[in-house]
Amino acid sequence: MSGLRILVPVKRVIDYAIKPRVNKAGTAVETNGVKHSMNPFDELSIEQAVRLREAKVPVEDILVFSAGPTKSQETIRTAMAMGADRGIHVVEEKIELEPLGVAKLLKQVVEKENRNLVILGKQSIDDDAGQTGQMLAGLLGWPQATQASKVTIEGEQCTVTREVDGGVETLKAKLPMIITTDLRLNEPRYASLPNIMKAKKKPLEKKTLADYDVDVSKRMKTVKVIEPPPRQGGGKVDDVDGMISKLKELGAI
Amino acid sequence: MPPINRCLPALRCLRLVDNAAQRQSLRPLTRIARPTIRHHQSRLHHTQAEASSSASTADNAPQSPPATSKPEVKYTSESYPNIKRNSKFKELSADDVQYFKDLLGNESAVVDGVTKDASAELEGFNSDWMRKYRGQARLVLKPSSTEQVSKILAYCNKKLLAVNPQGGNTGLVGGSVPVYDEIVLNLSRMNKIRSFDDVSGILVADAGVILQQADEHAAKHGYIFPLDLGAKGSCQIGGNVATNAGGLRLLRYGSLHGNVLGLEAVLPDGTIVDDLSTLRKNNTGYDLKQLFIGGEGTLGIITAVSIICPQRSPAVNVAYFGLESYENVLQAFKESKKHLSEILSAFELMDVGSQHLYRNATGAKLPLEGEYPFYCLIETSGSNSDHDSEKLNAFLEHVMSEEIVADGVVAQDETQLQSLWACREGISEASQHWGGVYKYDLSIPLPELYDLVAECRERFKSNGLMGETDDHPVKDVVGYGHMGDSNLHLNVAVRRYDKAVEKALEPWVYEWVQKRQGSISAEHGLGLAKKEYVGYSRSETMLRLMKQIKDVYDPNGIMNPYKYI
Repeated sequence: MSGLRILVPVKRVIDYAIKPRVNKAGTAVETNGVKHSMNPFDELSIEQAVRLREAKVPVEDILVFSAGPTKSQETIRTAMAMGADRGIHVVEEKIELEPLGVAKLLKQVVEKENRNLVILGKQSIDDDAGQTGQMLAGLLGWPQATQASKVTIEGEQCTVTREVDGGVETLKAKLPMIITTDLRLNEPRYASLPNIMKAKKKPLEKKTLADYDVDVSKRMKTVKVIEPPPRQGGGKVDDVDGMISKLKELGAI
Repeated sequence: MPPINRCLPALRCLRLVDNAAQRQSLRPLTRIARPTIRHHQSRLHHTQAEASSSASTADNAPQSPPATSKPEVKYTSESYPNIKRNSKFKELSADDVQYFKDLLGNESAVVDGVTKDASAELEGFNSDWMRKYRGQARLVLKPSSTEQVSKILAYCNKKLLAVNPQGGNTGLVGGSVPVYDEIVLNLSRMNKIRSFDDVSGILVADAGVILQQADEHAAKHGYIFPLDLGAKGSCQIGGNVATNAGGLRLLRYGSLHGNVLGLEAVLPDGTIVDDLSTLRKNNTGYDLKQLFIGGEGTLGIITAVSIICPQRSPAVNVAYFGLESYENVLQAFKESKKHLSEILSAFELMDVGSQHLYRNATGAKLPLEGEYPFYCLIETSGSNSDHDSEKLNAFLEHVMSEEIVADGVVAQDETQLQSLWACREGISEASQHWGGVYKYDLSIPLPELYDLVAECRERFKSNGLMGETDDHPVKDVVGYGHMGDSNLHLNVAVRRYDKAVEKALEPWVYEWVQKRQGSISAEHGLGLAKKEYVGYSRSETMLRLMKQIKDVYDPNGIMNPYKYI
């Protein structure tokens, strides 16, 4: 068997530790001047691909892919610093891609780049759609194992443990296949300085949507985005008497 | 938590649970019992600022194992038998208590242990959070205005009642709790922010405002409080100013002597010193407020401060390095100033021993694969993340190619940033894990900063007190600290407190520091713990001048007695 040719799609999203704010127009989340990082689930996917190689599974190459604004290249570089071999960036500043559009795009990447394993995050933390992996499996007609918490590959055979309600489920399938990653799969590594330097020299191909034959036009329109109502803060009382009168005031006693 | 990032906290929780489980299993080894009654101990729990207190005899109190009931903290008067209660101070009577009750006019403003038993309630005010010091106060007063403070002090001064000012009680040298029956004057009810100027960034607030609340208030306007430290969730800004706290942002924003623009304070005779200036420049006479900054409440009580807050930086980056030698650390520090100049906001040093303690105590994974004798943490804060990344990248490339730095990682997201900081901030707690720790907080000229740790380790190796097995009291000697401020934390992690260890350390450490014109207390102050050692850092002339000042402002000596100089 020839080795694994892995594709890992990554997305640049608002850092999960940052509290997102709705923009003034109430149409989307404010992204200007907000710290962005790699979607955490995608970090798990990269880590898993690199660990497969480190576990002596024959890996031919790890390709990282992203579609989005120019800054997404930083995310691709980070993935390469973690251990991916090369990157493709479809530069798209304006159109916000929907899961189906991304899945169609990825299908073409898989075919053009002759991939036999795709590891995706189970969802991106900005739109929480959680659809791309499944759609891609459907479009390619490949087996899929979603929400993986453990992945082992021997020869053509993939064994994936996934977390389901009340326990775990173990799936087996033959390559090629689609895996989506869940939180307990691994703990992503830090990008080390020497690897960050090396990543700068790794090949990164820049493409546009026109290089692929896909229809990515939007099918959905965001009508309105609103923040949840703010929590009403509690009050403090000075002493027991204060508390009793407060409780009376509220009709609790 | 908004829905778009709801899934990740789950991961964080898992890791926390993991750590908690590890700690639990290690707990029986821990001989220092944690404070259990203090309402804010959990906030302090994981952020214990570098406790500096020299190995006081309080440490040596045999503590019953945690399996039995909570051990009582030994009274400070027992651990310091040389300190006698000053008989000129009046003992509290029921009349005094009545006076204060009438004055404050609020049941909750007085904790009265004189006319009734309130020992449980008083305990939190009498003992410090490290459970090293315990006073015998029977009265706690919580005034809510400067006028009330003034009237309390005037009365105490007239009646010769000793007073112990208290903020968040997070001090590390026993300065915030009484020794005998001093009245505890707690500022927690004076907690209003008086004003914030959106243009200049000047904050005016009561002394009892919690540091974190002050910082959050400044953050709302896009500013940052110029002080940050581990105990920020409990400590009060009045106490921070009174102790001239240092902390993590000092390298960037300077000390409180520069950032505090004005003060409101009450002198022992009741005089209200209204110097709540909001001017950056004011060359009109002696700058008396400086005496209260770091005065540890021995001249008067600070009731409000005005402080200038710098702009908050939206872009923060953190890198963590492994280095082969201390010379390389010095070189890296020099280069970081050259390349990162205005965006450099922290340069912290950790030796390999400190990182091992952290790893072994918490079960956390260290960021680097290989092992190096020294580690550094660098933080940059700036206004534009693209510019900052460019500078940081140039710097990283430089130190890597010059082989100043052997290996390193850069935080790619906020989570990694926090776990890198944890490698530095977690050391203090980790060093207590095996039973106890002797801590020193020292200023030493940079070229010799680490020599002390190396020499100290040699000392314990040659005298046979340090070893792998349990019959050696010393587990390890580690050094870490604020490299950018020439501030070293020397920690001697021990399995049990032992007189022989203490004898090997003191006064040797102080003499070592004195020879190099260092300071025996860089940022934690004198309090009770360092009082008798101040001569190692200050000449007789200096001490005489200080005592003269004390006599001018507090002729009766009622303010925070038995401590400081």
